[in-house]
Amino acid sequence: MKAARIGVYAFLIFAALFFLAPLYIMVVTSLKTMEEIRLGNLFALPQGLNFDAWRAAWSEACTGVSCEGVRGGFWNSVLIVVPSTLLPILIGAVNGYALSFWRPRGANVLFAALMLGAFIPVQVMVYPLVKVLAAVGLFSSLSGIVAIHIIFSMPVMTLLFRNYYAAIPMELFNAARIDGGGFWRIFAQLMLPMSTPIVIVAAIMQITGVWNDYILGLVFAGRDNLPMTVQLNNVINTTTGERLYNVNMAATILTSLVPLLVYFVSGRWFVRGIAAGAVKG
Amino acid sequence: MQLLCAIERSRAVSATTSVTARRRNAPWAALVPMALTVLVAYLGTTLWSLRVSLTSSRTFPNDDFVGLAQYQRLFENERWILALQNLAVYGVLFILACMVVGFLLAVFIDQKVRGEGALRTIFLYPYAMSFVATGLVWQWVLNPGDGMQRAFRQMGWESFTFEWIIEQDRVIYTVVIAAVWQASGLVMALMLAGLRGIDEDIWKATRIDGIPPWRVYVSIVLPMLKSTVATVFVLLSTGVVKVFDSVVAMTQGGPGTASDVPAKFIMDHLFGRANIALASAGSIVLLLMVIALVLPLMIARNKTSGGGGHA
Repeated sequence: MKAARIGVYAFLIFAALFFLAPLYIMVVTSLKTMEEIRLGNLFALPQGLNFDAWRAAWSEACTGVSCEGVRGGFWNSVLIVVPSTLLPILIGAVNGYALSFWRPRGANVLFAALMLGAFIPVQVMVYPLVKVLAAVGLFSSLSGIVAIHIIFSMPVMTLLFRNYYAAIPMELFNAARIDGGGFWRIFAQLMLPMSTPIVIVAAIMQITGVWNDYILGLVFAGRDNLPMTVQLNNVINTTTGERLYNVNMAATILTSLVPLLVYFVSGRWFVRGIAAGAVKG
Repeated sequence: MQLLCAIERSRAVSATTSVTARRRNAPWAALVPMALTVLVAYLGTTLWSLRVSLTSSRTFPNDDFVGLAQYQRLFENERWILALQNLAVYGVLFILACMVVGFLLAVFIDQKVRGEGALRTIFLYPYAMSFVATGLVWQWVLNPGDGMQRAFRQMGWESFTFEWIIEQDRVIYTVVIAAVWQASGLVMALMLAGLRGIDEDIWKATRIDGIPPWRVYVSIVLPMLKSTVATVFVLLSTGVVKVFDSVVAMTQGGPGTASDVPAKFIMDHLFGRANIALASAGSIVLLLMVIALVLPLMIARNKTSGGGGHA
C-alpha cells in the first residue's frame, strides 16, 4: 500500500474514533457502578454487565420532586410523535398536491410566504402562540403541542411533496381530470398511492425531528405531556445532591434510542430526507 | 363493493352545478391550513412581538408605547451583549469547522475506500441524536472531575488539562465542539452527494495534465460544488440562530451567564423573568439578523436559477 493510501485510512479511522467515542463512553458509563465511575477511567470497560442504572433511569430517576424515571416521558413522546407525524405528512401532501397541480390563484405567493416563514426564529413566535393556544383552550395539552408541530413542520413537509409531485407528468393529472376525478378523489386514489417513497422520507424526518424536539415540548406540551427530551434534561440538570452519571447516561441512551433506531434501520432514506429538505425551491 | 358503487354514482351526478362549484372550491379549502399558518403563526405573531417590543409590558402585554426604549435597554444589557458575542463566536467557529470537517470527510470517503457504508453511518449517526442528548453526553465527557481529563491523567499524561467547560472565557468553545460533532456528518453527506455528481472526465483530464488531486479539489471541485456549499451554509446558519437546547443541556448558560445565547436570553425573559417587552425586542433583533443573513443568499440564488415546479 502506498503512503497516501495509509494516510487516507489513518485519517478516516481517527475520525471514526472521534465520532464513536461519545457513544462508547455513554454505553460503558451506563453499565458501571458509581464506585467504578468515581475511581476508574472514563474510557475503561465496565467490570461486569450491570443494568441497575438502566432500570433506575427507566423507572426510578428523580426529576425535581417525583422519582418515576424517564418512562413517563417515553410514552408522552410516543403520544406526541404519532399524530405529529401523520397529520403534518397529510397536510404537506395536500399542500404539495394543490400547489403542483391545481395552482389556485395566489397559491404561489402563499407558498413563498410559507418558505420565508420557515426562517422566523421560534423565539419570535413562541409567546404569541402561547396566547393564541390559550385563547382556544389548547395550551398545555396534547392537541396543542400537535398543532404546534403541524405549524413548525409545514414548510418542509409542503416543500418535500411539492417537489415530489412536480416530477409527476401533468398529463397524468389531466387524464384523471378528464375521467371526472375531483380534487380529493385524484389525491386519494391517484397521487397518494404514488407517494410512498416521499411519505417514508417525510415520516423519517418527522419522527426524528419531533422526538428530538425540546423547546416546543417544554413550552407547549404542559406538565402532564412533557416529552422525553424535557424529562431527560430535568433528570440530569435539576437534581440536587450526588450526580448519578451511570443513571444519567442510561437515560440519555434511552432517550436517543428511537431516533437512532430509525436512523440505523432507514439507512440511505435518512440521507435522502436531508438532501430533499435541504434543496429549497 | 358498496364504495365502488357510490363512486360510480357520484361520477354520474358530477355534472350538476353544486358539485362543480365544490370542486372549484376544493383547492382553496385545501390550502386553508397553509393560509392560517402564514397569516396567524407567521405574520400575526411577528407583528404581535414587534408591537409588544415597543411597549413597557412586563408580565402582561400593555398599550403603553415607549418607542425604541426596550431596544436601547437591550443593548445596554451586559448579558444580552455577551449572548450576542457568544452567538458570533459560536456561529463562525461552528459553520467553519463543520464545513472543513464535513468536506474533508467527504473527500477522504470519496477515495474509493473500503467500508464506505460503515464510515458514513458512523459520521452521520450523531445527527440523529437530539441536541439535548448531545449536550448531556459532552457535559459528561468534558467535566474535569471524572471525565476525559482524569482519564488521560490516569493513563500517564499527568499534565493534561482541559477544563474549558468551567472556564468563563472558553465555555462557548465546548458548545462548539459538541455541535460540530453532531452536525458535521450532515455536511459530509451533502458534500459527498455533490462529489458523486461530478463528471469523471474532469478527473481524467486533470490526471493527464498531472495536477495533484488536492489542487483539483480546492481549485476545481470546490467551486463546482458552489450550490451545495450555499445550501449547507443556509442549513447551518439557520441552526446557529436557533441554538438553545444544547446550551441548556450542556451548561445551562453557565458558568454564571458565560455561555448564554440570545435564544436562551429571550426564553428566560419571556417565561422566567416576566419581561416580555425586552424579550420581544430581543426576538425582533434575532429576526433582523436572520433576514440580513438569508436575504442576500436568496436574491443571489434566484438570479442564478429559475423556480421549480411544472412549467
